[in-house]
Amino acid sequence: MENDTNGTTTLQLVLAWGFVGIPLVWGVFQTLLNALKLFQ
Amino acid sequence: METGSGGGGGWFSRARTVARPGFSRWMVPPAALCVHLCIGQAYAFSVFNLPMTKLIGISESAPDDWKLTELGWIFSLAIFFLGVSSAVFGRWVEEGGPRKAMFTAACCWAGGFLISAFGVSIHNLWLIYLGYGVLGGIALGIGYISPVSTLIKWFPDRPGMATGMAIMGFGGGAFIASPLSVWLMGKFSSDSHIGVMETFVVLAVVYFVFMVVGSIIVRVPPADWKPEGYVAPRENKLISKNDVYVYDALRTPQFWLIWVVLCVNTTAGIGVLGQASAMSQEMFPGHITPIAAAGLVGLMSLFNMGGRFAWATTSDYVGRRNTYFVFMTLGFILYCLVPYTGSVGSIAGFALCFLIIISMYGGGFATVPAYLRDMFGTRYVGAIHGLLLTAWSAAGIFGPVLVNYIRQYNVAHDVPKAEAYNTTMYIMAGLFVIGFICNFFVKAVDARYHMKDEKTGTALGAAGEAARA
Repeated sequence: MENDTNGTTTLQLVLAWGFVGIPLVWGVFQTLLNALKLFQ
Repeated sequence: METGSGGGGGWFSRARTVARPGFSRWMVPPAALCVHLCIGQAYAFSVFNLPMTKLIGISESAPDDWKLTELGWIFSLAIFFLGVSSAVFGRWVEEGGPRKAMFTAACCWAGGFLISAFGVSIHNLWLIYLGYGVLGGIALGIGYISPVSTLIKWFPDRPGMATGMAIMGFGGGAFIASPLSVWLMGKFSSDSHIGVMETFVVLAVVYFVFMVVGSIIVRVPPADWKPEGYVAPRENKLISKNDVYVYDALRTPQFWLIWVVLCVNTTAGIGVLGQASAMSQEMFPGHITPIAAAGLVGLMSLFNMGGRFAWATTSDYVGRRNTYFVFMTLGFILYCLVPYTGSVGSIAGFALCFLIIISMYGGGFATVPAYLRDMFGTRYVGAIHGLLLTAWSAAGIFGPVLVNYIRQYNVAHDVPKAEAYNTTMYIMAGLFVIGFICNFFVKAVDARYHMKDEKTGTALGAAGEAARA
């Protein structure tokens, strides 16, 4: 089913994951910067 | 597949969300994350507390400004209505389909922010209670269970990993919301104005767009769909092949045993999560500064999020019951160790104990939907999950009470501040023993509760028959 060529394209998958992934990575990075203060 | 409210036509109906051949199930986790990353903002609501105490006075609180104690009720109300709405609307969410539920959650979430913005602009706290507390809480409940239930149906081979991804998003939502809110408030604030209202409006728009995108992407699998190359798990008494009707699940001991296990795990986590900063500074006076304590809280948040994915994924390999045995055993050992780390001055040991405990707190949330699916099947897992989340609401009361009041009592009775938390730690360890025993008694659900004919509704359990009558 998942290999059907008429179905979801790789571009759609990249866009969907990028849509949620980019803000999440940004948020994790910001939190990591804050967490580093524990070791300063 | 079509039942109840899902039977109607229209773009929101369950029938319109059934995936066509060729749809990749890997589109569903981003759809789920669109919702969970937004509603996860709830964990970061505290960034508004201090600015909202100075809306009139601006530089410092004026007599008519709101008090922190009054503002604390906003979050408490939201969590309370999360539990209530997930329990009340669980069956509707399951039968109406994920698109309708996710869109409803988007409307409630954005509407809650807009009502709160209006409340801020006319300085009426009751409107914020209504907006963020009640409407936002309803969005939290509906938005939390719907994507999780959908993912379980798409990933029968790895339900733990799938739900772990979504619930990880709920933990991660605060990471985005916190710096974003601070940045927005900075942009909209001036010497004579604090930009909370404008920030609420912007967040309402951004979250609405995100959640609607999720509701557009989401699909449910066709009836009897299985992933390519799917091999059914070997015969395992603790993985049911049968479904249990939502209200019949309430009549099984398994539901209440898992309820206690989740409540224990959550109580232990919430208790330290809210007090980690103060606790670390009081247990290691002069060694952990407020800035370092903030760093520890940040690190705990990361472990909370990472634990959701890591533990839930692990449960696919070791089993749900065994995963909770690890939580209960390890939790017991670590809570017994915390007073020792304080007495020998081991900051690293203290931090390590709490980081693991927090990872298990997140892991408990993320693993429980798959545990329910193992026990009660996939058909009503979202609705049953909704009912189980009342354990979260209960833990939200028990956890902070256990930590704060016992500390206060000890300090009032001349116990040094560095040792004021020891009693609580041992009580938490004791709670894990109760959780271990409950988890031990979780066995396969009795066959009399199984739904026998889904399409005709006949031979359902007693509650199922009554509900359909």
